[in-house]
Order: sequence, then structure tokens, then C-alpha cells
Amino acid sequence: MPKRTDIKTILIIGAGPIVIGQACEFDYSGAQACKALRQEGYRVVLVNSNPATIMTDPETADVVYIEPVTWQMVESIIEKERPDALLPTMGGQTALNCALDLAKNGVLDKYGVEMIGASKEAIDKAEDREKFKQAMTRIGLGSARSKMAHSMEEALQVQAAIGYPSVIRPSFTLGGAGGGIAYNREEFISICERGLEASPTQELLIEESLIGWKEFEMEVVRDHKDNCIIVCSIENLDPMGVHTGDSITVAPAQTLTDKEYQIMRNASIAVLREIGVDTGGSNVQFAINPDDGRMIVIEMNPRVSRSSALASKATGFPIAKIAAKLAVGYTLDELRNEITGGATPASFEPSIDYVVTKIPRFAFEKFPQANDRLTTQMKSVGEVMAIGRTFQESFQKALRGLEVGVDGLNQKTTDREVIERELGEPGPERIWYVGDAFESGMTIEEVHALTHIDPWFLIQIKDIVDTEMVLDDLSLDRIDACQLRDLKRKGFSDRRLAKLLKTTEHVVRERRHALGIRPVYKRVDTCAAEFSTTTAYLYSTYEEECEAEPTGRRKIMVLGGGPNRIGQGIEFDYCCVHAALALREDGFETIMVNCNPETVSTDYDTSDRLYFEPLTLEDVLEIVEKEKPEGVIVQYGGQTPLKLARDLERAGVPIIGTSPDMIDAAEDRERFQKLLIRLKLKQPPNRTARTEAQALKLAVEIGYPLVVRPSYVLGGRAMEIVHEQRDLERYMREAVKVSNDSPVLLDRFLNDAIEVDVDAVSDGKQVLVAGIMEHIEQAGVHSGDSACSLPSFSLSAHLEREIKRQTIALAKGLKVVGLMNIQFAIQRDTVYVLEVNPRASRTVPFVSKATGLQWAKIAARCMAGQSIAKQSKRGRVIREVMPPYFSVKEAVFPFIKFPGVDTILGPEMKSTGEVMGVGYTFGEAFVKSQIAAGVKLPRTGQAFISVRNGDKLAAVEVARNLVEFGFTLVATRGTAAVLSAHGLQVKLVNKVAEGRPHVVDMIKNREVSLIVNTVEETRNAVADSRSIRTSALAQRVTYYTTIAGARAACAGLRHAAAPVPFDLQSLHATLGLSDEDPATGGALGGTDSVVT
Amino acid sequence: MLADGTVFRGISIGAEGLSSGEVVFNTSMTGYQEILTDPSYCRQIVTLTYPHIGNTGINPEDEESAGIYASGLVIRDLSMLVSNWRAKQSLPEYLKARKVLGIAGIDTRKLTRLLREKGAQNGALMAGPVDEAKALEAARTFPGLAGMDLAKVVSAAEPYEWTEGEWQLADGYQAVQGSRYHVVVFDFGIKRNILRMLAQRGCRVTVLPAQTSAKDALALKPDGVFLSNGPGDPEPCVYAIEAAREILDKTSIPMFGICLGHQLMGLASGARTMKMKFGHHGANHPVKDLDSGQVVITSQNHGFAVDPATLPPNLRTTHVSLFDGSLQGLARTDRPAFCFQGHPEASPGPHDIGYLFDRFVKLMEERNA
Repeated sequence: MPKRTDIKTILIIGAGPIVIGQACEFDYSGAQACKALRQEGYRVVLVNSNPATIMTDPETADVVYIEPVTWQMVESIIEKERPDALLPTMGGQTALNCALDLAKNGVLDKYGVEMIGASKEAIDKAEDREKFKQAMTRIGLGSARSKMAHSMEEALQVQAAIGYPSVIRPSFTLGGAGGGIAYNREEFISICERGLEASPTQELLIEESLIGWKEFEMEVVRDHKDNCIIVCSIENLDPMGVHTGDSITVAPAQTLTDKEYQIMRNASIAVLREIGVDTGGSNVQFAINPDDGRMIVIEMNPRVSRSSALASKATGFPIAKIAAKLAVGYTLDELRNEITGGATPASFEPSIDYVVTKIPRFAFEKFPQANDRLTTQMKSVGEVMAIGRTFQESFQKALRGLEVGVDGLNQKTTDREVIERELGEPGPERIWYVGDAFESGMTIEEVHALTHIDPWFLIQIKDIVDTEMVLDDLSLDRIDACQLRDLKRKGFSDRRLAKLLKTTEHVVRERRHALGIRPVYKRVDTCAAEFSTTTAYLYSTYEEECEAEPTGRRKIMVLGGGPNRIGQGIEFDYCCVHAALALREDGFETIMVNCNPETVSTDYDTSDRLYFEPLTLEDVLEIVEKEKPEGVIVQYGGQTPLKLARDLERAGVPIIGTSPDMIDAAEDRERFQKLLIRLKLKQPPNRTARTEAQALKLAVEIGYPLVVRPSYVLGGRAMEIVHEQRDLERYMREAVKVSNDSPVLLDRFLNDAIEVDVDAVSDGKQVLVAGIMEHIEQAGVHSGDSACSLPSFSLSAHLEREIKRQTIALAKGLKVVGLMNIQFAIQRDTVYVLEVNPRASRTVPFVSKATGLQWAKIAARCMAGQSIAKQSKRGRVIREVMPPYFSVKEAVFPFIKFPGVDTILGPEMKSTGEVMGVGYTFGEAFVKSQIAAGVKLPRTGQAFISVRNGDKLAAVEVARNLVEFGFTLVATRGTAAVLSAHGLQVKLVNKVAEGRPHVVDMIKNREVSLIVNTVEETRNAVADSRSIRTSALAQRVTYYTTIAGARAACAGLRHAAAPVPFDLQSLHATLGLSDEDPATGGALGGTDSVVT
Repeated sequence: MLADGTVFRGISIGAEGLSSGEVVFNTSMTGYQEILTDPSYCRQIVTLTYPHIGNTGINPEDEESAGIYASGLVIRDLSMLVSNWRAKQSLPEYLKARKVLGIAGIDTRKLTRLLREKGAQNGALMAGPVDEAKALEAARTFPGLAGMDLAKVVSAAEPYEWTEGEWQLADGYQAVQGSRYHVVVFDFGIKRNILRMLAQRGCRVTVLPAQTSAKDALALKPDGVFLSNGPGDPEPCVYAIEAAREILDKTSIPMFGICLGHQLMGLASGARTMKMKFGHHGANHPVKDLDSGQVVITSQNHGFAVDPATLPPNLRTTHVSLFDGSLQGLARTDRPAFCFQGHPEASPGPHDIGYLFDRFVKLMEERNA
């Protein structure tokens, strides 16, 4: 049956902010779905609170709402847009939960909206663990012995029947949040407590442990005629016990015979039928007992997922796109497999002739207090995927693509005790300890006994280590062409070889080239070469035949951002995608290089050609050699490509946009300082120190408090505010560990300054300020963690003019071509330059959504040689925009995944994602950003206030507002005194150190509904107040750790009643960008940051 | 070594010596043991496109016949060890014990693309002391499969009974005492899983040598006649075509044919067959059941096909390939007889079209009713 004609408008719900367990894979799937449905002529309405997504581009859907993904807000949107259908399977768990809420609250019935892709019943059956288990039993499939519990008492009863270790899984939580494995009663009780809290239905599944069983996943697609296909099988290298999101996984399955594989295949299809997934993609997870093959169904997701994104990239079969089309009535045989140019139908099972390895990336360095052992709750923040012809090759490519400072299986330790502990209790680096285990002489059997990793993987890791040990005794000149070729076929990087052979990467590469050993590029074609493909989706390998077939067109290469991490995520992928789209539109052939399977940039049809490759110097140079692009863009993918810039340039690679030398001039403190002096701009007093002694001396020169950080970092890694010498001494010892060969920067910290972020675009002659964002939190909180508002809410016109003037001066000074981001601090009307980054920034997508202009595209065109003036034309005017509405960006944090971690904000970035709220007042925009970020602004109750001295006066204003809203106040001694002095009624409560009952008791007893707690940035003050924040987090009490945040919350509370949704297209229409004549009212006329 | 002179150098993983045959590729990612022991691969050198082969070793349960029929195995990478709880032997041990040549370490994707572009080619494998000229000669003098009757070469010499049922995860194979229907099976190179699926459905199975006459087969008073899969060109198998035609013409005993058996039924009904460019060899082929509209993913292994332009009026197309539109299934409009080009018995491959066995049993049921 072809597509349905009875539906015209379809609502798609996005996944909201990037959080652990839900990353940019849902931008990839959602964007694909929007594109696919619009292609079919449907009107697509989209709601997603995440501005950093491609899916929220005004071009992606007919109507885009960047609004909180709550059922109440979505109801308002439904009321306004009257969609015929709702597609809830593209936005992860967030969208499914929201859709379920809409159904439960009668919204879908009320407005006659049909859920397509998955029914309420199917979602319920798959998500409710008890119902799921019953369903599995009905179709004769085994599942682990288990029972539900709704209280601690019940949990203990169930546990008694099952024994230890037992697995605790809370119902309806993201990425298994709140779950875990308990080996003893103490652990069991603590996990259950957390789990009951985390589960919105206060439900736990207590389950027999399958630790050590092999884990597999099947990606299944089904249409409404019951045609089913398996797109991909995935085998987890890390066996059961580690969340699949935290596991190293490999596609296809490696250790199953056909008979076993077919049993699993039949079972996965039976699961979809029984659960009632009528159309679309689902993921079914299995555990297999390695001793007898007993198979158990673990779970299924009736929607596209992280694994389906991986499967799509691993096979070239676009699951989300196909699933969207199936949801509107197509059958698989009516759709074409586009990668073969439509030569084959979508109704087939991809066959692959390579091995895909995915390795998760963790961010425990950001959360030193977090428990870094891997469990059934996901903790990783990103992943890398690599393709190779063999497991060894793809595994080693993935290792170097991770960018965690390794080029392969670098040694962690030789300490046998450490090794054994790391093998038995997996942490984020287990795979390297496996390598160390073999190096220390452990056997495959011994390693298997501790890790349960299948020997098939272990022997290949052992072979890599054995090879390395041989190399360790050799030198490069004793290795012949044949040996070197074999090493490259095993996936060794030039850098790794250089390290082992005690030479440099450059020397290894020269020798390799002299011997004529170069990679070839093979194509991902879904069919193992059975049919020819027109799609250039490529990976490198060391084989005989190259299929790259580069064209003679004018081409631009874009280097992507690699795996997501805190500080470098979807925002950079957004920029890369925009560069590719813009330049493709302008007739260039665009070539994308990236290795992150979650992204839109690694969709094979985003660019003309996709190289799914690690972003290392070696890999990039080889592609450049093959493609010979006329320009390479390095400033869009974050630090990853940026740090290659100079080496690439040295190797003769044509880098377009701001020159690597100028990028360096902005990053290098000393050069930068000279520039500022020349431009007569101010920066906080600062020095660069290379030793501890020097640092202590220089610190005295500029005076405490100081912001200290290593140079060349993104996301404020290892950045701290130090108030006294003792702190600095400790810091110097720790920071040196972080970056050995780069100096430490000391900056005078500006107390109580307002921080401002500016994004600007320059074509080399003309500079446009894309957006001035005023941070809500004061300077000192990392810009990525700070909420901000565009336009600013408190800056004077004079200050804004000054900021613009300085921005332009800096853009000129650094000869910027492309994007630039500047952070300013304003202290008592003086503007200081904190940092300049002549590259795409995290805020570019937010600014673009707020101002209606796609700055990343504009800047990409500048880099390719088109001036801003030339780009600006009727219908698409490019000029500086001052929107009549407010857009507030708020950061979203992963604290809930890391119990016990301090939630206080500081100079080191900790957020994983962001949301945006829009309103015609600052308060309205702010409150929406809070709702979208999952902060529940209480409307009444008792507010606890405890602030540092500097904030006491400001706290009075906040407290007065709260009383107006109907809150009662409780405060600690000092704060209470000030509040009462200002005539406010306030109850007194003990600080934790002052004896019980104290404030934490009060929080635990749920007597507090809002917390405002600011502290001095000294280590002691922070440590003393930590229990307030952690207990607030645990009790889900809304808290603000900055006075500015609290003030904004008060502004927001005035609008908390029933926020109204605004669609992006209508907002942008008010900006007058589409109907101006650029020659008169546009770029050159309007605002005046033009310098010629 | 291909007949066109293309040379691939790799590592020997099997017996030493020289072997020639038609070089084909198979895109199935699982089931190398079943593929090697499928008699349909007789005189073929099979290239597996999935790079890691041998991971799960060899076990006595996954044999599709008593030996390896393929003339050689070509792979990218041999597993360094065997990892599966059922494994009893490694792949190289197995190849050596059965004196079959194998080669690893070559660019199998290049070979596959070459076969795709140029069509199936003759070739030779040489291991041990290598003489390229000799290998090239062997590749060039291999006569090719067109016109080659291999069914009688691989067929059972004597009739035998079969009682083993389908494989179960927990119990492996169990004997099934089939008594409902008596099925005689013409063995042109049969895969055991066909027999297992018949037995599992309550059939008493008697396997007959390829050249058994219709008269002798009918003398066993069968409730159903099955024409098996097998290697080579169907056209020279005149004896089999004769036997099938006689049974179809003279009786209304239900008949079911698979692969070569499908082509033979087509020929016996008056259609023609042809050699395909590089055939179908994989476990991911979509086939449309024209009666139900359903798409099934099937296992395929054939280099010849029934020409749809030559179908007589009493042959109806029931299945077509969604990859290339080629004919996949036929049914007689005047007899309870049908056949399928792919492999409903799977092994290796998906079980989606196993329902054809049920259909065969139903035909016997209806006739006996």
C-alpha cells in the first residue's frame, strides 16, 4: 500500500537536550524522519527544546517549536497546529514518555491525533518490565528470573528468592538511570533506594544476574504488512553487566553459528510481533550463555535508538528514514535502498564485508567524585565508530579515534594487582588493562575468567600486544615493506608504530610512503559488493583495490568533531553539517570526515562524500592525498580538527578560513596579549607559568583570586578558581598531569563580573556580530554551563556598542575569515576580553535559532571566498539582528547519573547539553528554559536561602520576590540576620556544621521546595556546603547556586503559569530578513558594525 | 588465479595442491560450514565476502552432507581461534582433513567486484609449491558449469531412509518417527536440512539416487515426491527431467522442488532454463510471494534460472526476486506441484520461507483426505 492520504499534518517529538543516554543520535533520526515525511508531501510540525540540532532548523520541518518537551506544552502545540498524527518513535525515551503522557491525559483523543509508528499499548508492553516479561513467556522466549517491587520491603523479598548478585532496574528511566548490580545487602538497599526515587512509577525490576553472558543486539524493521528485516546484528565485546551504551560493541555478530544466529533472528521478529510494533525500527537485546547457548531476551526498544543509529552507520541502511516512511503506510518493498542508487529495494537484509567497532567515551575526569565502575546504568557521554576489514583494524582505528591521548593499546600499568582489579570490575579503561594483562604475561584463559570477554576478541587483542612487544625490540630500518604492510593491516597507526620503534610519526610515514604502502578506500554499500553503488561512503583499509574514485570537481573538505564529550558535542556537528550543506548548495563537492556514528554529519547523504575515519593527522593526510580538495575547513569541528591545523598546513594542506597561525595567535597567551596591547583592549591581569615555582611567584604579582588552566583546552578542562597559595600549589601538581607539554595560564579572576559571549562572522573585510549573549550566572561559571540570554537583559546600549567595537577590532586583528567567538567580562562598566576563539563555538546554533540567520552557513561561504555582501540578497538578507523577543539558553547537567557528585557550577564545564526558551520577556524565556531543562520551578512552599557575604544584599531582593509569590523563608544565621534586618520574616535553620536538626535534615524531610545557596569559591566553603546540594539533587528540590540564577528564577516565576508556544518560523518572520532589499535596509544600512 | 589471468596471493589454510572450478561469491555472513558441505557447490570455488571466517569452528551438527563439496574456499581472514560451545574442530583442520584447498588474506572484496562486473569466472587455487602457469592452465581448461551434469556425481548411490528432525538449541537433533506421509526424495545433491524439515513434519523420507526412474519411485507408493537441490546445469539431467515429467503427467502425487529441483520441474513442464551472469549466492535475498504480497528474506544459491519468457500456460509464477526480478517460484495450475528457486530449508540463512514445507505437507493431506 502506498502512503496514507488521510493524514496531512504529522507532529514529531524530539529528544530534548543531550543527556547521558540520549545524545545526538536522535537529531540524526529526527532530522531524517522530518526530511523523509516532507519529501512525501506531509506538513511536519516539530517540537524539540534543543536548539543545537539540525532538526530544529527552520528548513527541516514546516513548523518548528523550540519549546519544552512536556505533555502540557505539546498539548498547546497540538491545539494550535491540529496535527492528524503523532510520530513518537524518533525522539528517544523522552518522546515516548511524552507521547504516553499525552495519551494518558486524553490529549490525543480530545484532538483526534493518531499515534503512528508505535501504539500506546506497544510502548506500554515494551517499557513496563512485568508486561514485557509476560509477553516473552507467551511467545516461548526465556527471560531472566525476576519480579517487580514497589517498595523496599517487596524488593528484599524478591531478592531473597533470586540471590546475589542481583540486578535492579527501575521502570521508565533514561539509559537505565538509577539501576545497578548488587553483590550484597548494603549495595542492594542503596541501589533500590535510588531506583525507587528515579522511577517515575516507583517500580523496580529485581532480576537474576546474567553477568558474564554474551550480549547481542538485533536491529529489526517491520512494516504494516508484517514484512520484517534484520538490519544489523551487534555483538557486545563487554559481556552482560555493562550497559550496552558503555560497552565496546562490534557489528556484525562474530561468535554465533548460523543456527544460533537464526534462532535469535526468529526471536527478534517474534518479539516485534508480540509487542505490537506495527511499523518501524526496534532494537532487541539478547543474552546468551556461552556454555550452552541458552538465550534470554533482555529488553526491546519500540523506537529508533542509539543502537539503530549505529546500525544505520554500520550498514548504510537509514533506519529512521525508512521507519518514518513505513509509519505513513509504505511497505518495505515499496521503498528503495538509496545507497545502491535504488537498484535494490529496502526489503532486504544488509550484508557487510567489514567489521564495525564502537567504543564509548567517558567523562569521569569531569566528575572526580563519581563512581567510575561500569554497571547497567549508562555513564558514557559519547562514542566513536570505526570501520575496518578486520576486527583488529577497526578496533585500533576506533581506539585512536577516541582522542583520549592514545594511539592504540597504550600501556596503563604493569602492576598486576591493578590489572586484575580493573579486569574484574570494569571501569572506563578496561580494554587497555586487557592489553596490559597480556603484556604482563596473563593467558587468554586468565583474562577471560576475570572479564568474561569472549576469547575470540581476546586473542586478537593479545595478538596486537604480542606484535607490539616484538616491535619494541626493533627499529624502523629493520622492518621491510611486507612487515610494515602487515602491521598496517592490523590497524597500527603511524604514531603507535613510531612510539614502539622509538622514532617519530613523521619518519614512519615517510618510510611507509617510500615503500608505497598506502591505504585504499572501500565503500559501504549494504550488500557486500553484490551490487554497484553510486554512494561515496568510504573507509580506509590496507588492501589491493581502491574504490574511492575521486572526481575532478571543485571540492571542500570539512573535518568533523569526533566523539561527543563534555565541551564538544552536537553544536560542532551542527556547524559541520551547515558548512557541508551551504557549500554543496554553492556547487562544491563536499567531503566530510568524521567518526561519530551519532551525528547528522556522518549521514552519507549530508555531504557528497563521507569518509568515516578517525580524525588523526595520519588519517586526514591520507584522505587529502586521495581527494586533493581545494580547501579544508578545520574551524567547525571543535578542538579535534583545530589541533591538527598546524600540522596539516605544514604538510601542504590548503586550510581555508582563519589561518592556523592566527588561530594559534588567539590560543597562545603571550601572542594574544601582544595583540590586545596593540589593539588597546583590556584583559584581566594574567601570566603564563611553566613551573610551579614560577606560578607561585607570578600569582603574587597579579593577585588572588585567580583562574588557572592549562593552555589549549576546550570545555574548561582542569580550569579552577584559586583563592590562595595553598590551592595553587595543589593545582599545579594536578594540572601538570593533565597536560605535560603545555604551560599553565594564570588570570586574575574578576569578582561579580557579568560575562558576555559574542559570536561574530567575518569575511576578512566585513564583520557582523551574530549575537551578544549575556550570561545569567556571573563570570567564573564556565560559559558552557551558564545560562545566557539573547539579547542581553541588563547591558546598556553604550556597553553593547563597546562590545561590538572590540569584537570587530579583534576580528580584524586576527584576520578572521569565518566564525569567531569572544568571551568578555564586564566589571563596573569596564569591558575585559577573557578569551577569543577564532572558530565555531558552542553557541552558534543557539544564536542562529534566535536570530533567524544561519551563521555557520554564512561563515562557510566566507571561507570559500564569498563576501557577506555578495551573499546577502533579497529574500535572504544578512545583517545584524536585534530580535524583539528573548531567547534563553540553559545548560543541562548529568548529575543525576553520578550520585554524590557536587553540583556546584564552576570554571570547569560539566553540562552535556542545552535547551532554549523563547518569550517576549526575559522572564518568560527563562521559565521556559527551566521547564525544558527539567527544572521544576516550585510555585509555593518554603524557600531555603543561604548566601555568601557578597550576595547578601541581592538575596534580600530575591527573598522579597519569593515572599510576594507566597513562599515562606528559612535561612542560615548570617543570611537570616540580613533578611530580618530588611523586614522579612524568616525562620532560622542550622548549617550542617552547627548541629542537628540542620538544613539537610530539612531537605530530606521534604520541607524545602526551593534552595538558593551561594558560597565563596574556596575549597573549604564549597566542601562544607556540598551536602546541601547533593541532598537537594537526590530529593529533586530545585536549587540555584548563583544569585543571578535565583534572580532569573524570580523573574521566571511570574510567567510560570501557562507558557505559550512560539514557532520559529513566525518568530523569524518578525525579523524582516526575508523582505528587505539588502542594498538599502540590509547588511550595509541597518546596524553599523561594518568596518572597511 | 582467475581464467582472465588475475592473480591473488594469500596464505593457504587448507590442503596443498591444485584445484579448479567456477569461482563464485557468497554474501552470507554466517554458515560457512553449511556452505562448504552443500553439494550444490560442487566444482565451485567459493569466496565468502564476510572477512572473518572460522570464528565458530566446525561442529558435527552443522553438516549439510557427508563431506565438503566446494572445490575451494577463499576468505579474507581466518580466525585465530575457535569460539563456540558446539565447536569440535577448527576450520583449517577440517579443510586439511577433507583435502580441500583454502586461501586467506586476499582482497576478497576486489575479487567479488571482479566477479560482479565480469560474471562468474573459472579459476584455480594452488597451495604448497606454487606454479602460476600451471594454475592459469588449470583455470583456463576448467570446462565451466554450463552443460555439466553434476547431479548424478554427487547423488546418493543407494536409496536410504531419513529420520532426523530439525535442530533444537537445547536438544540438538532427535529422531522423528515419521509416519503420516511417505515422501520420496530424488537426491541431486541434497542438503540434509531439507530431509530434517520433511521428517520434522511427520514425513517418512526415502532418499533415492538421482537416476531413479519414475517407475521405480512410484513403486514405493509415495504420498509426495521431492526434487532436491543440486549443482550444475539442469538441462543435461535428462533422466531427472524425464522422471519428473512422467510423474507429473501420469499421477497427481504432490511434488515439491527446490533449487535445481525447481529448475528440473520447470524443464519437465516445458519451460527453459538459462545461465545467469553471476547467480544468486547469499542469505539476504528478498523474494515476493505474489499470492500473499508478503516479502520474505531467503537464502539463495544458484547460477541457473528458469526463463520466465518460456513458461507454458500450466506454470504460474508464485515468487519473484526483488533484487533482479528473476523468477523464484512456480506452481503447476493443473497439478499439486510447486517449486522454489531459493532455499526454504535455509541452513544457512533465514527461516522466513520454511512455510513451503508446510504447503507441501498440506498438499499431501488434501490428496489423502
